[in-house]
Amino acid sequence: MTTRRETLKRSAVVAGLLAATGLFPQYASAAFNKSAFEAKNLADAFKALGIGTPVESPSVNLQAPDIAENGAVVPVGATVALAGVKQILFLVEKNPTALIAVFNLSDRVDAAISTRTKMAQSSDVYAVAVMNDGKVLYAKKEVKVTLGGCGG
Amino acid sequence: MADPMRIRAQATGGNATVKVLMSHEMETGQRKDAAGKTIPAWHITEVDASHNGKSVLTAEWGTGVAKNPFLQFTVKGAKAGDKVAITWKDNHGDTRTDEATVS
Repeated sequence: MTTRRETLKRSAVVAGLLAATGLFPQYASAAFNKSAFEAKNLADAFKALGIGTPVESPSVNLQAPDIAENGAVVPVGATVALAGVKQILFLVEKNPTALIAVFNLSDRVDAAISTRTKMAQSSDVYAVAVMNDGKVLYAKKEVKVTLGGCGG
Repeated sequence: MADPMRIRAQATGGNATVKVLMSHEMETGQRKDAAGKTIPAWHITEVDASHNGKSVLTAEWGTGVAKNPFLQFTVKGAKAGDKVAITWKDNHGDTRTDEATVS
């Protein structure tokens, strides 16, 4: 008699095989851009993401504290006062790896994202908006950190 | 295996503001333990947010996102009773999905 454990194990093996075929994209981790997240500076991160040099724009609004007492948890938010935003990115210039997060927006969400980042030291924080038409816009703000948060 | 996410979805003026607090170490891979050995990176790599079963927002995260990640976004055209689900995947291959109802 086949036990439940056996059946589950076999299902997992089959699922793994199916995932390897690429026919079921929801199981593939192709979405995670490793090289972009390993980039040590802004320019390398943008290159790895395949986007052009960003242009500073008043349409991108970055919310971040002037002073972050705890670099381990720094709230950051970005809103973009334009339609057609494809992605919102957050970067911290002086972190060991500059790219923090990439958000891919559908037209069902507002171009407004808030999250919390780690900051190793006082640095410029960037919010970048990648538009559907390929334009890349940014806003930046200097955030002073009194206690660094990357553990190094 | 991980603690459940805390998801709060509130309908305001035709949209739903969603706040999520996830439970995850988000280890950078930069820290060393007491013996001087580097603690390996362990972090959420992908996030998927869906509204009534349809994906509305996805994200890729590096080690720079703070521990116990917080995320806030707004879904357009959402109302009380709608379902919001959040899924994360990390670099260990672990995954977790939690759901909430818009109130």
